[in-house]
Amino acid sequence: MLALPEPKADILARRDEIVAGLRAILPASGVITEPLRLKPYETDGLPAYRQIPLAVALPETTEQVAAVLKLCHSIGVRVIPRGAGTSLSGGATPLADAVVLGLMRMNRILEIDYADRCATVQAGVTNIGITQAVAGNGFFYAPDPSSQLACMIGGNVGMNSGGAHCLKYGVTANNLLGLTAVTIEGDILHLGGNHLDAAGYDWLGLITGSEGMLVVVTEVMVRILRGPEGARAMLAAFRSNEIAGQCVDAIIGSGIIPVALEFMDRPAIHACEAFAHAGYPLDAEAMLIIEVEGSVAEQDDLLDRIKRLCEPFEPLSMRVSQSPEESLAIWKGRKGAFGAVGRISPDYMCMDGTIPTSRLPEVLRRIGEMSDQYGLKVANIFHAGDGNLHPLVMFDANDPDSFHRAEAFGADILKLCVEVGGCLTGEHGVGLEKRDLMRFQFSEPELERQRRLKDAFDPAWLLNPAKVFPLQDKPRQAA
Amino acid sequence: MQTSFTAEQLRDPDIQSSNKILRTCVHCGMCTATCPTFVLLGDELDSPRGRIYLMQDMLESGRPATAEVVTHIDRCLSCLSCMTTCPSGVNYMHLIDHGRRYVEETYTRPWHERLLRNTLVRVLPSPSRMRWALTAARLAKPFRALLPGGVFGSRLRAMLDLAPTHLPPRQVVNGVHRADGTRRGRVALLAGCAQQVLAPSINAATIRLLTRLGYDVVVPPSAGCCGALTHHMGQHDPAMAAARTNIAAWSAEMAGEGLDAILINTSGCGTTVKDYGFMFRDEPEQAQAAQISALAADISQFLSRIGYAPTRDPAGLTVAYHAACSLQHGQSVTAEPKTLLRKAGFTVVEPAEGHLCCGSAGTYNLLQPEIAGRLRERKLDNIRRTTPDLIAAGNIGCLTQLAGAGLPTIHTVELLDWMAGGPRPAALPA
Ligand code: SF4
Ligand code: SF4
Repeated sequence: MLALPEPKADILARRDEIVAGLRAILPASGVITEPLRLKPYETDGLPAYRQIPLAVALPETTEQVAAVLKLCHSIGVRVIPRGAGTSLSGGATPLADAVVLGLMRMNRILEIDYADRCATVQAGVTNIGITQAVAGNGFFYAPDPSSQLACMIGGNVGMNSGGAHCLKYGVTANNLLGLTAVTIEGDILHLGGNHLDAAGYDWLGLITGSEGMLVVVTEVMVRILRGPEGARAMLAAFRSNEIAGQCVDAIIGSGIIPVALEFMDRPAIHACEAFAHAGYPLDAEAMLIIEVEGSVAEQDDLLDRIKRLCEPFEPLSMRVSQSPEESLAIWKGRKGAFGAVGRISPDYMCMDGTIPTSRLPEVLRRIGEMSDQYGLKVANIFHAGDGNLHPLVMFDANDPDSFHRAEAFGADILKLCVEVGGCLTGEHGVGLEKRDLMRFQFSEPELERQRRLKDAFDPAWLLNPAKVFPLQDKPRQAA
Repeated sequence: MQTSFTAEQLRDPDIQSSNKILRTCVHCGMCTATCPTFVLLGDELDSPRGRIYLMQDMLESGRPATAEVVTHIDRCLSCLSCMTTCPSGVNYMHLIDHGRRYVEETYTRPWHERLLRNTLVRVLPSPSRMRWALTAARLAKPFRALLPGGVFGSRLRAMLDLAPTHLPPRQVVNGVHRADGTRRGRVALLAGCAQQVLAPSINAATIRLLTRLGYDVVVPPSAGCCGALTHHMGQHDPAMAAARTNIAAWSAEMAGEGLDAILINTSGCGTTVKDYGFMFRDEPEQAQAAQISALAADISQFLSRIGYAPTRDPAGLTVAYHAACSLQHGQSVTAEPKTLLRKAGFTVVEPAEGHLCCGSAGTYNLLQPEIAGRLRERKLDNIRRTTPDLIAAGNIGCLTQLAGAGLPTIHTVELLDWMAGGPRPAALPA
């Protein structure tokens, strides 16, 4: 079990003063302090870790965010930024002496500029909310994490979120143009803008994926793209995980870049089918969702070539979606996959790591072996095209032993990712969950440079501390 | 999610059911985004996931409900949008029903709240009392401005605003309505309570359409309110009593000449009748209740099943189809009404944010007028953007909630009956 730093007694003692300060800044409904009402804020999408915070603040403007941060900075209170609370790595897990700064009331679309293809929105707008706002004019926002219905764009920036369609369009960082962000001192920064290369340091690159540890993002300017002429998904079913993995490798190796190339194994197929009724092949051990886009002729050509690439792997079936409704159902299953696993197991831990796609068959085999070794089931769901794995380790939270085994199993999977030349994170960030594994990925000098970067923005380590860096070798953070 | 009920607590069948539901929730948060109150209020506590958490804490602690928790439970519309969204299959409906009952049993509301709720519980399910109350409300309308401020006054004002200025004449539909021509089957119709008073034309159209299609339609005189209104207010005993009466009435019909279906044309009631099987899971009527739930169908489901065809030329009207929450989320009936309306020759448009509740939600618009009002405006804005000639919906609550905004609000079945030879709906300007 990962430890959270000890709360500072002097801060807890000044609770009334902090709450009064917050009340002076925000309307009554924007400050939550009663223990009962704080409880639902004790966790996020990783409910294995819980801690009731000191208070919750729900600002509606950048200025209010600045005022709250200034207040917290002046007293030395830690601050946990929170969007929709869908983080699967515990990015929004609170601390007992911290104020949770929830940005979900900042849910306005500020400006849409079709001529220059960009949209400016507040941080609490959902990922899909951006696409919905521009869809009427034939545009969309490309990164599409599975939680896109609920997750908020501010959190997407914090975690540099990806999604199924990132194979073609890139992750958040590749679609971000500008930011309004607030420092822990309460200074408001405007970074980037609607131009490809900003003057000076690459601020956006630095802030994207910084997990709420450097600044609090309040407004985001993103690139919106014109939708493709059309898109079609195809399902290919295989006899084993390894064979499906080899097929992924063959498709990517051929130079074809589908818009999405997704992998599900047997447990995942069954759980998702029960939720989405998409006609997934229930007889298969593994399935690929392959989507292509473009004109009808282009789609036909690509699907043809992909089918031919699949054939040597003796697929059990190959089915091309015949209608937009069918495609929608196919994606509904995939996007609801994590939750759908809740149908077959009371709890799961969703891992997130990246590997070179050529190592896929081997990694899948070893995950299977570990599953036997730990005595825990695993469902494999992932963005196979870019090697982003999401094994879901199933356990029973009412059984502490099962939880400890799940933690160890998860850690082993991520170590395996690093070992084969991949990385600890794909798109969920390090958060709390993978904090202690950072040393498998980075050397001490590398870690120290990253810590100094944090020092430069937030010398007292008030913003979202206890995340990303191993706790014990970082006195500044635990202090 | 992890739960920590004691073995002792788990002996209670309600706790057992809720524990199972809580264990299914994986806390992913997907449901927050489609919850009307979260969208409006931007607070985890007013989201499904937050409420689930609050209820878990309340039930696990075994202590009486507190004012804070009650605030957030009361703000829930029971629209069940969260159930449509939840990939994990969490049965939020059964959990919130249990939560509301727990609140009613352990929490003492302020006196004016109790007065209001008790009045609603007595008036709404009884057509005769409802008539009387609406007449009184109509007479009181001119004095609206004299009402006190505060929660109490604003609720009374909400009631007066919802009361129609004109009440249609009483129509009795009890009894058996014989099929025209060859008889294809026999169905029971739930005549409803509030709907009978507010819009008797809905039942009239339903009966005309079904008899024309060859069905005997029976409305057992002893059947009455389905129990939904009291059930959603956590009033377990009156809800069960109402349901029990209906179960007895329909069971007698099933044992007699038999029933092919039990039809409901108010989707709010339909969701509850389809849940009788669960509500009576530990009662002697269990088997009959389950049978009734299985026979229950929304009128649009039944018409799709037996086949519907218009006889008139298309009216050339554009209909904004408003999906009632109880129909789309409570019963997962989404395509049927639209398909039928299109078949009947209407151009059907679907407003944006169709998954969001209009704020009616049973007694919600009377108990939470502020949130209900904001949802109404949001809904009407989205509807107006589709520039329709009228609004169609399958639930009387929504029809009343959206009325008075310059667009006729008409039950789907009245439009279908009209196109199949029935009279032009009175709400449509000539
Ligand atoms: S979507 Fe379902 S599983 Fe996820 S938090 Fe909501 S109720 Fe729980
Ligand atoms: S029933 Fe409706 S209002 Fe209540 S939590 Fe679910 S979505 Fe929200």
